[in-house]
Amino acid sequence: MNRLIDTSTKISSLILKNPFILASGIMDEDAGSMIRIAKNGAAAIVTKSIGVKPREGYANPTIVEVDCGIINSMGLPNPGIDAYMEEIESIKKKTSVPIIGSIFGKDEKEFCLLAKKMETYGVDAIELNLSCPHAKGYGLEIGSNPKKVENIASKVKSSVNIPIFAKLSPNVTDIVEIAKSAKKGGADAITAINSVKAMKIDIEIGLPVLSNKIGGYSGKAIKPIGIRCVYEISKNVDIPVIGVGGILTAEDAIEYLMAGASAVQIGSAVYYRDVNIFDKLDNELKGWMKKYGYKKLSELIGLAHKKQRKVII
Amino acid sequence: MRNEIAYPKIVKIKKTKREAKNIKTILFEYDGKNITPGQFLMIWIPGLDEIPMSISYINNKEIGFTFRKVGEATTALYNLKKGNKIGFRGPYGNGFTIKGKNILVVGGGTGIATLAPLIEKILSIKNKKLTAIFGAKTKDEMFFTRRFRGINLKISTDDGSIGFKGMASELTEKIIKEENFDQVITCGPEKMMKKIVDICNLYKIPVQASLERYIKCGIGLCGQCCIGEGLRVCKDGPVFEGDVLNKISEFGYFKRDASGKKIKI
Repeated sequence: MNRLIDTSTKISSLILKNPFILASGIMDEDAGSMIRIAKNGAAAIVTKSIGVKPREGYANPTIVEVDCGIINSMGLPNPGIDAYMEEIESIKKKTSVPIIGSIFGKDEKEFCLLAKKMETYGVDAIELNLSCPHAKGYGLEIGSNPKKVENIASKVKSSVNIPIFAKLSPNVTDIVEIAKSAKKGGADAITAINSVKAMKIDIEIGLPVLSNKIGGYSGKAIKPIGIRCVYEISKNVDIPVIGVGGILTAEDAIEYLMAGASAVQIGSAVYYRDVNIFDKLDNELKGWMKKYGYKKLSELIGLAHKKQRKVII
Repeated sequence: MRNEIAYPKIVKIKKTKREAKNIKTILFEYDGKNITPGQFLMIWIPGLDEIPMSISYINNKEIGFTFRKVGEATTALYNLKKGNKIGFRGPYGNGFTIKGKNILVVGGGTGIATLAPLIEKILSIKNKKLTAIFGAKTKDEMFFTRRFRGINLKISTDDGSIGFKGMASELTEKIIKEENFDQVITCGPEKMMKKIVDICNLYKIPVQASLERYIKCGIGLCGQCCIGEGLRVCKDGPVFEGDVLNKISEFGYFKRDASGKKIKI
């Protein structure tokens, strides 16, 4: 019986009923969408990345599907932190699923202001967007600098009482170094990875398809990159890791768990397998665990590291 | 399930047609046999924008879309000529579902374009009775009045320059009082559709309306076009049943701009 299989997990003080969290940027701009995702079994929801002021994002095309994935360059559209109060308050009335407020700022002052407001609105944790690959002056432009990452993490940590997660980009020479800086600053967990910088040119028109030209690649193609990053971070940095990047099936999630992730995030797969993917993944995960004789999720977390040690002995 | 990737297919414009003042149709070669009336395309104007467009002509040789020149993107489309290249992806969305025998179709403004292939489909099915109401602000903006054969077409204009003087919703109520319909299908300005849905609720007639929202990804991912409890206009819609619309508090009242901020309709 699948009921005997325990897929619950924990990230800092957040207790999750299963390891499947909605990734930032997917159906999470308004309360209604997030309530629908919660009803479909997500263990937690990361909001759209919210900034200080309303931002329209880039002109369309903002998304293009390519082989084995999707390239997007939305450009951080969001209604601004003040208008977002209404969304968080109404979602909080309708669901007990933890809400993780994703925020982006140009410096530590903006990050602190956003984090404080998110905490007041009632979110359960903060995710620092230090990795958006396509917005000038934000995201990756800050998140590729270890000193800035440490500074932002430490200032935000001291201004709120909820856990903070640092979402990192694979578009750096050494993601472990950045993860160490985030931990040093006080981050309670690392989310890895954000989408991978990419471009698609239409050869008949002779132009990049996305209006911003460069976007972030997500979906199946980036999973091996995410697995490598999560493996390296969890081996070297002693805080929980949330794995994200190309998870379409429970097997994909298991690979992330074995690489050291304590939970995972689901984004593009909402397109490939639709909104009810969360319940589907949890059932698939339980089925797989039963088949292979696992009872608790904790048995899978970091297994690839443990096995390696066994072989050496 | 998806059979094609969300990538713009490049096509040459086969024909452009002026339908009314500031309203044009662009046609290109494509086999439309798998398109359901009410579905839409994401039209790529390379180097400028990508916008959703309802499909207004569907046959097995060509398809087209009809639009009003309102902003930068539609003005660029308006100026395109035969042979120019555009991209499109889709068809996206659910489309209309035809129910019952006696059907009333109500189009307002460019909403008429969305309903046109539906009208042709209903006319091609035996034993259906069809009444259509086309509403526009004024005579110069009315189009498609001579496109269909064997249709009971009623026209309204706000200024009375042609047909019934007044709103299409007023004419709808008048007609619904006189005749029993099995289904009402509408597309047009949201305030008009809201009135029509309210009228249908009052007279207990099943109703479908095709909604418009700011669409970015078009494939149900980004959440930009969500209404109610996470209903994606681009994927779960754009056509919604009256009983679904009755539960959506923002229907007829507000939409969201490109940033996701609420704005009044």
